[in-house]
Amino acid sequence: MTTVASSRHSIRFHGRTYHAMVLEPEPPLANWLTELDAWLARSPGFFFGRPVVLDLSVLQPGKQGVAELLQNLAERNIKVMGIEGAEPSWLDFAMPPLLLTGRQANVVPGDNPPAAAEPSAPALSSNSASEPAPDAAAVPAGAASSPASATAEAPLAQHPNSLLLDSPVRSGQCIVHPEGDVIVVGSVASGAEVIAGGSIHIYGTLRGRAIAGSRDARARIFCRKLEAELLSIDGLYMVAEDMPAQLRGQPIQVWLDGDSMVMAQD
Amino acid sequence: MAKVLVVTSGKGGVGKTTSTAALGAALASAGKNVVLIDFDVGLRNLDLVMGAERRVVYDLINVVQGDAKLAQALIRDKRVPTLSLLPASQTRDKDALTDEGVSSVITELKEKFDWVICDSPAGIERGATLAMRHADVAIVVTNPEVSSVRDSDRIIGLLDSKTERAEKGERVEKHLLLTRFDAARAGRGEMLNVGDVLEILSIPLLGIIPESSEVLRASNLGSPITLNNPASAAARAYFEAAKRLNGEALDVTIPIDRKGLFGKLFGRRAA
Repeated sequence: MTTVASSRHSIRFHGRTYHAMVLEPEPPLANWLTELDAWLARSPGFFFGRPVVLDLSVLQPGKQGVAELLQNLAERNIKVMGIEGAEPSWLDFAMPPLLLTGRQANVVPGDNPPAAAEPSAPALSSNSASEPAPDAAAVPAGAASSPASATAEAPLAQHPNSLLLDSPVRSGQCIVHPEGDVIVVGSVASGAEVIAGGSIHIYGTLRGRAIAGSRDARARIFCRKLEAELLSIDGLYMVAEDMPAQLRGQPIQVWLDGDSMVMAQD
Repeated sequence: MAKVLVVTSGKGGVGKTTSTAALGAALASAGKNVVLIDFDVGLRNLDLVMGAERRVVYDLINVVQGDAKLAQALIRDKRVPTLSLLPASQTRDKDALTDEGVSSVITELKEKFDWVICDSPAGIERGATLAMRHADVAIVVTNPEVSSVRDSDRIIGLLDSKTERAEKGERVEKHLLLTRFDAARAGRGEMLNVGDVLEILSIPLLGIIPESSEVLRASNLGSPITLNNPASAAARAYFEAAKRLNGEALDVTIPIDRKGLFGKLFGRRAA
């Protein structure tokens, strides 16, 4: 008996908390899928490597519907790690497990991005010149279907998980931080890539690629010296050739004004 | 305490093997016990540059696979008795190298020598990663041109992530060796200057080796420049680099001709 006890001792169980993105399909499902496809066309690879939880409390698809929905998502390369708001009888053993204790996180990796796609496109094009920032803030507000824009701004303003790197980012390295800002104390080499959910701050020369605001159109890119290969905010991008020549080698900031990227010397 | 040094660059043809031979010979002439390991399996060159190509019996692969003892494979240099060479195999490929095999060879060499210098192949594949795997110190050999600098940057990134030290949370000591530096051409702006390269790579400078036909001539004679022509500018630069490796604080002399420097200053102001 003692040997059994000791061998059992070597199996360790840990509890861990992860941030996951929750997809909440809404009826009619066909329209929702069309919307999802439009979103994916705008940000291909958005779901790549991201844990996704499916919230079925609104859709209420039934046993047959769950199987079809999972099939539809799999065709779009979206992997579902768990299901929320479903009847246990809908799920069979091969499906992702039922999750019960989910809580709304303040820094959600994209509150319901497919739903966000629907207001974002018209909102940005209709009201581009005057005030892009509150407009952009309204995007997740629509998604979370919360009335006040203050609640929407709160998750954007907090950014408790900014990532600080105090060494240069080398060629071939790729820094991905979907949860907030990235601050690099040093340079980003040619052939390196920094991807942030929020803004990107580079206290050195930016020679590589900076991809900011994967879920925040208000995000900006700052650098002490611009030599970048590519700059991108919220899906809009600009390659070195398109950058104004007089700004190369200068300290700059980049932000989004409606559907165009604006670059100015700091 | 023995130190494992990897000479690496990413890009080919920048002078890894030449620098390995020259630095190894310089360290050995200063009385250190030095062994050079050629990791460029399939394209071995270090034996030629060291003039030992006619004495190769066993090689690194034989030792790694247990076909030969380390003592049988080591070739002792005829000019400097404290300098030894472990050649690569020319007939095998890099897949014959295993992590465990390399690890045991390096552990054994560390007991006998002060410096174990690994000459890395070009690229970032298996041979190069195995060569840097056990390094305590790395020399990144770079030419003053953009492609070489970018590849070096990539290698520095790998040194910070793929080495044994990096995985233990320690740092590999990294040094930049700028080779084939032509002061006149850098002055005219045809090459990157030293400041540019240091700014991009941001690692300490170990030395600047001037472009010299003497280096090529020495390599073809099968003799490191530091033994073949110790008085030449390139050899003196290698001797200084070897002293810095041993912890001496020497200022690096940057070979810049005055005209070039002034031209650049004025050029910048006008821009």
